[in-house]
Amino acid sequence: MSILLLFSAGFIVEKIILISVLFAITLGVAAYSTYGERKFAAFFQDRLGPDRAGPWGILQPLADGVKMFTKEDFRPNEAERWLYILAPGAFMFVACMTSAVIPWGTQLTVFGTPVDLQVADLNIGILYILGLSSLGVYGIMIGGWSSNNKFSLYGAIRASSQMISYELAMGLSVIAVVMMTGTLSLKEMAAQQAGFNWNVWYQPLGFLIFFICSLAECNRAPFDMAECETELIGGYHTEYSSMKLGFFLFAEYINMFISSAVTATVFFGGYNFPGLDPNWLGGFMGPIVLFAKVFFFIFVFMWIRWTIPRFRYDQLMHLGWKSLIPLAIFNMLLTGAGVLYFGK
Amino acid sequence: MTLAIFLTLAVISVITALLMVFAKSPVHSVLYLILTFFTIAGQYVLLNAQFLAVVHIIVYAGAIMVLFLFVLMLLNLNKDTEPQKSAGWRLAGAIAAGSLLVTMVGAMHGSIQIAGTEQSNPQVGLVENLGKVLFTDFVVPFEIAGILFLAAMVGAVLVGKKDLKV
Repeated sequence: MSILLLFSAGFIVEKIILISVLFAITLGVAAYSTYGERKFAAFFQDRLGPDRAGPWGILQPLADGVKMFTKEDFRPNEAERWLYILAPGAFMFVACMTSAVIPWGTQLTVFGTPVDLQVADLNIGILYILGLSSLGVYGIMIGGWSSNNKFSLYGAIRASSQMISYELAMGLSVIAVVMMTGTLSLKEMAAQQAGFNWNVWYQPLGFLIFFICSLAECNRAPFDMAECETELIGGYHTEYSSMKLGFFLFAEYINMFISSAVTATVFFGGYNFPGLDPNWLGGFMGPIVLFAKVFFFIFVFMWIRWTIPRFRYDQLMHLGWKSLIPLAIFNMLLTGAGVLYFGK
Repeated sequence: MTLAIFLTLAVISVITALLMVFAKSPVHSVLYLILTFFTIAGQYVLLNAQFLAVVHIIVYAGAIMVLFLFVLMLLNLNKDTEPQKSAGWRLAGAIAAGSLLVTMVGAMHGSIQIAGTEQSNPQVGLVENLGKVLFTDFVVPFEIAGILFLAAMVGAVLVGKKDLKV
């Protein structure tokens, strides 16, 4: 019989609350990442950044949101109507779904009942993430194609070929970790990295490949070929305006947040930190530690964006196919030999 | 509950499959086919084969259909440029697909009588058990499939080469 029959009402309520909280946190973090991005950019370029809305410009994301919602929603005459509307929603939807399998901590005790800080403990969690990241490309492709604009289409094609190429290396670098840990479940992966026993010490090359690929998967600089202004006006979202454009831009920050969380969980111990038991503070220590790591990686994403210039398109493809994939396969072989020799 | 989910998924998958065939625009066809794949992945989850479901999504929806969409968008097929088949070809296609349908229905109809054999191990779809089964009981077919994939990959690279010197 199916596992679905085991669901009780309490279980469903618990998960709905957890999903709502997680959704709110995701949107909040993404909104404040835009603020952080602008502040850091200003810092790197010796400017002040947003400082008008509220003290230190702290209400800037709110002002941006209001602006996005109240702008005229323009639709090109020759666009494919339904697909044009569907695309930003699909992109956002896929971006939000990924957080379901990430273990944000061990357990919280709420009103005497222990609550797992993970929405779904799939025994194939990491494959779920890879699968969803390969679906993210549809929003971009449909958006670019349905706008009926050559620049949009070109941006969409660049974005999707880039994402397809880097998915391969990403998957191969994850396989090395899976070989070492012997599990595909993110919960077990996080639990195995207790204290300072983080996967990154065993998989430095794998981490490097994974991180470069997640930069590319999020379409972040130096891999933001899809929205290369000097060549493509705005890329796949050239024809979008109002909150539809907002969704595309916002989903990028959500993706950044999620891929930081995945990197932290798979390679940097998740909710573990030496000397800090994740069960402290009624279970809140785990999420605090994990979020500290996540914010650090979001900062690294921004740091890279404002430091390294954009690649040329052929350089991007060469890096993906001719450097990262062979390196990832080499890493896999190395890991296999290590597992065979040390019997981990 | 399980039956309701199964029926919902089944109805959606049949409808989207039909829409895929009857859609005018090739891009719409591809998108409907992707929906069909999702419903089939849902059926795999109902059968407790989560690994198969996710791999199905990654391979079919995430890779193959993206390439289809890619090519269709580049070609930008529409009514003016689409090659129109003559009535004879359409009839031939309908007859061919129809005879396949009759064969499939006949085969499935026969198999209903032998159905009812309980799945030997309902946990076999989980990735750990699946891996063990693949690498012990079915290792030869598995390796042969691997060689087949390797040959296909080499072939694809050779076909894609610009200046082929054999």
